Amino acid sequence: MQATKIYSFHGGIHPEENKAQSLRLPLGRPSLPSELILPLGQHIGQSSRPLVKVGDKVLKGETIAINNGFLSSFLHASTSGTISAIEERLIAHPSGLSDLCIILAPDGQDTWTTLEPLNDWQTLSKTDVLAYLSEMGIVGMGGAGFPTQVKLQGAHKKPLSHFIINAAECEPYITADDMLMREKALELILGIEILQHLVEADKVVIGIEDNKPAAIDALTSMIKQRDSKVQVAVVPTKYPSGGEKQLIQLLTGKEVPSGQHPADIGILCHNVGTCVAVYDAITFGKPLISRFTTLTGDALKAPQNVEVLLGTPVSHLLEYADSEPKKLSRLIMGGPMMGFTLNSAAVPIVKTSNCILAASKKELPPPAPEQACIRCGMCEQACPASLLPQQLLWFSKSQEFEKAEHHNLFDCIECGACSYVCPSSIPLVQYYRHSKSSIREAREATVKSDLAKQRFEARKARQDAEAAEKEAKRLARQKATPSKAAEKKKAAPAKAAPTVAAAPAATDESKKLKVDLAIGKSKLKKLQKQLLEAQENEHLEEISNLQLQVTEQEKAVALLEEQLAKTAEAAPTAAEAKVPKPAPAPVNDDIKKAKIDLAIAKAAVKKVEKALKKAEEIQAPEIEAIRQQLKEAQQRADELENALVNPATTIPKTETTAQAAPSSVDADMTKKRKIDLAIAKAGVKKAEKNIQLLKEQGKNESEIEASEWPKKLIEAQEKLAVLEAEDTTDTVAKSQAKAEPEMDLANQIKKEKIAVALAKAQINKLNKRLESAPEDADKINQDIAATEQRLQRAEALLATLIHSQTNTQENR
Amino acid sequence: MALLRITSPHTQRAGRRTAWVMQMVILATIPGIVVQTWLFGWGTLINVMIACITALLCEAAILSLRRRAVAFFLKDYSALLTAVLLGVALPPIVPWWVTVTAVAFAIIFAKQIYGGLGNNPFNPAMVGYAIVLVSFPVPMSQWLGVQSLVSAQDTLTFTQSLQAIFQFLPVVESHALIDAYTMATPLDGFKTKDLLTAEEAFNTVPALHAANLNSWLWVNLAYLVGGLGLLWLRIITWHTPVALLGALLVMSGFFYGVDSANAASPFFHLTTGAAMFGAFFIATDPVSSCTSNRGKLIYGAGIGILIYIIRAWGGYPDGVAFAVLLMNFAAPLIDYYSQPRTYGHQKAKTGLKIGEDN
Ligand code: SF4
Ligand code: SF4
Repeated sequence: MQATKIYSFHGGIHPEENKAQSLRLPLGRPSLPSELILPLGQHIGQSSRPLVKVGDKVLKGETIAINNGFLSSFLHASTSGTISAIEERLIAHPSGLSDLCIILAPDGQDTWTTLEPLNDWQTLSKTDVLAYLSEMGIVGMGGAGFPTQVKLQGAHKKPLSHFIINAAECEPYITADDMLMREKALELILGIEILQHLVEADKVVIGIEDNKPAAIDALTSMIKQRDSKVQVAVVPTKYPSGGEKQLIQLLTGKEVPSGQHPADIGILCHNVGTCVAVYDAITFGKPLISRFTTLTGDALKAPQNVEVLLGTPVSHLLEYADSEPKKLSRLIMGGPMMGFTLNSAAVPIVKTSNCILAASKKELPPPAPEQACIRCGMCEQACPASLLPQQLLWFSKSQEFEKAEHHNLFDCIECGACSYVCPSSIPLVQYYRHSKSSIREAREATVKSDLAKQRFEARKARQDAEAAEKEAKRLARQKATPSKAAEKKKAAPAKAAPTVAAAPAATDESKKLKVDLAIGKSKLKKLQKQLLEAQENEHLEEISNLQLQVTEQEKAVALLEEQLAKTAEAAPTAAEAKVPKPAPAPVNDDIKKAKIDLAIAKAAVKKVEKALKKAEEIQAPEIEAIRQQLKEAQQRADELENALVNPATTIPKTETTAQAAPSSVDADMTKKRKIDLAIAKAGVKKAEKNIQLLKEQGKNESEIEASEWPKKLIEAQEKLAVLEAEDTTDTVAKSQAKAEPEMDLANQIKKEKIAVALAKAQINKLNKRLESAPEDADKINQDIAATEQRLQRAEALLATLIHSQTNTQENR
Repeated sequence: MALLRITSPHTQRAGRRTAWVMQMVILATIPGIVVQTWLFGWGTLINVMIACITALLCEAAILSLRRRAVAFFLKDYSALLTAVLLGVALPPIVPWWVTVTAVAFAIIFAKQIYGGLGNNPFNPAMVGYAIVLVSFPVPMSQWLGVQSLVSAQDTLTFTQSLQAIFQFLPVVESHALIDAYTMATPLDGFKTKDLLTAEEAFNTVPALHAANLNSWLWVNLAYLVGGLGLLWLRIITWHTPVALLGALLVMSGFFYGVDSANAASPFFHLTTGAAMFGAFFIATDPVSSCTSNRGKLIYGAGIGILIYIIRAWGGYPDGVAFAVLLMNFAAPLIDYYSQPRTYGHQKAKTGLKIGEDN
């Protein structure tokens, strides 16, 4: 085994280790508490969705909550018992928040559910293994709780040069990983091998600080025994060598570029706890329901490491470790450098709780009063990120956030090394946190105000467009009533002025709208990207907010598109009004419309083709559907082309009979349809974009498949197809049959078609609901049946109508 | 149970508080003070005492005017440090009111007016020094000579020092007494060598006599020792002193090489005047200097160059005070352009422009 070269990182500190206390006693296994509190959000990302109801009986290891979207995880019962409540409880959170928790009253039997290990993981496809890990609720146990399957997927972006197992455990007091390595060296190595099978890195290195000789011995002998390729790299003890970025620098000499992830430079990091959890899940089918946690601090008489069930209240553990309530002055979850204080011991242990530090006043005295910064630079010498903490402090205090950002405030990992060394006892990290959140808030506020401004402008544009449209219509009517050309000619000059004015207004409007739309879309894209980034970057606070913004922006874009459609509608009308001669106008108009339709259809063909190509590239299962669509789209385009040729020859013959009345009715219909069309298109686009984004992110097919977007895409495309089909028939009908009865027929057909489309959409929707909410399956199924009936009826009616229409046309 | 709720980190390095830092710097001046007292009599010590009392009084007065916790801020030792630095920098027999003026100005105008510790853009001690240097040039140029060289053939006794410092009589009267003990500093002597070549000057000017040079060598060595102690305690980093002395060495070396007949050797420049004192105690004042390591290098080098320029071509024999003050002006700008390269960034950011990130 060749030794790994160890590099170094800037700064770092050597706080008192205080690790011996919790290693004196062997690993403990606390008794079952009277209730287990299982928060739904134990990981980064969306909270899990509960699968159980109050009163349900569950077995140990049974899934009680499933993932909610891509960045989420599963949750399992830590023991057998009854669900006594699903309610808000205090959770372990820096701000002492409450969150929805599943409360489990143990029955004391601790009966396992049937476990289904994944014995054939070596032959199964990797996606299946990843999906399995997700179902086992495995998340990063080092601190952040990033869903492991997501992290592993991210690692497929690039070939991995290093797979690093973080065993540094640099925080003072904590020895949970140390204990885990001593107790479960074999499991750890096997878990690493499983993960290595999944990621296929060139090099697998365990990074461990040199203050854990027993664990190092256990690992090296185990590696030798198994003749494993895993290397152990012993790094000097220095806080924060266990920080992901710092450990990467120590072991590879590379830095993770700012704003990027280790995967971007071909490195994957996992905590030892995670590796063991992976092993347990795959080999025994055991989901993540317990973890190693250090109980330590002067206020405990029996500090030790325990293997504890998730959901165990901290108070139960304090009791187990013989706490002296009188001595306890500060209760910390995590270590003294980066942990956070708890103000109640009622909070539960979650997947990421590596330590409970019950400190006495003597041990962690209240901080000394803050003095002025003397710019001594000690913080700078200690900062592992090579920042200038004193400058950041200055800017934070004076609220010069731009300067703070320029000084890379967001590269601060909040390790606390600067605060630790500061001779003036300045709580630097606190200032940075405050600045960061202020900056984030400000950013969100700008986005929001932008949105508001956009909405206002859109509304104004819409109103203007409506006014212009009305005006144009009025003019059109005026023009249509006097049928004699002579009168018209006389009236023309008088009318010309306002009409001409209205028309450019309309085009202006549409131009502006288009610009707005483009802006809105790019903003949407940016927001979506931000959202993904936030999800990856684990900026929990941002995620929900961004999601909100994305939805809003989507709405705004849809609105704009709708308006654009309307204005586009208004513009031809206005243009029509402008043309002084009545006869050629409708021809032009119709041809124009047909041309537009044709262009749209062609674009649709192209789009579908593109989608097909994409789908083929990634061998998505929806290829067939897309091909089908392509065919349809092509047909449509052909039809339209025909129609375009036909009316050009037919319309001049049909003359201008009764042109005004139908056109206004028509206009309304078309408008509505166009709006629908626009919305449907936006839907398609959105779905495509999302798929694209997912792909960009390097998610593989199964992941994309797993997300609901492909489904949405198909759905949206279906709707679009229906709408476009209507458009086509309508255009064809309009151009071929101008007589009143036929119009009626056409309208009826149209209506039925819409009904069919609606019914289909509803079925789709219901199906989706069925998937997401299996508990109301019966009701939904009924609904589906009803809708299907409706659909059939509508289809039958449509068939007869079309039949009669064809007849009429043939008769003519 | 009332649990403490604060954000991380929950622990601090024990001991090393700001007051401790200040105390250590004060302690590090002891070798220098001892050597100065040994060479020039009790004047230095008396100066330091006067300065300390003045500083504490001024600081307390202003703090109470500003309605701050007097005891809390007095205990940070920063006023005392300023006083000590001024006390050793002033000539040993300078009249008491010069010291008082310098210290009062340093504390009140250079420090408290800007908002107290940590907010002063200029090194308070050097502001005070510069003020009295400009205002009272005569007493400021009266340095004592080593006993073997002055006409009195002795250092002043304690009472003589007291008398000299608290002399209320017109200067003319005391002149005779004092003149027997005073002598120009080597830098002064070299500055006023007029048309003599360097070699002639070293042979003829009394202030440039080997014994006087040696005494200043001792003073500088003493401050070097104190400065190394600060380095060892990691209270200062090596950047500023090394850059300062390096620049002074390069500058003097270059001009000595070009014109050895009229320029003094680098050794002369590094071992006379306030070279070491300035490099380790004045230029390293954290508040008014640059803050990043790269910045400190630039800042130190700037001071070194300016010291040489002032010594060689300026109006004053030594230039530490003015050089430091000038570079204080530049410090914020240097700071903006000398940010270190942050982890994960290709290169360091410079300036304050926000647009060109990364
Ligand atoms: S360590 Fe504290 S006092 Fe020193 S420069 Fe940093 S913030 Fe200022
Ligand atoms: S908390 Fe931030 S600024 Fe302070 S040392 Fe850590 S990374 Fe540097």
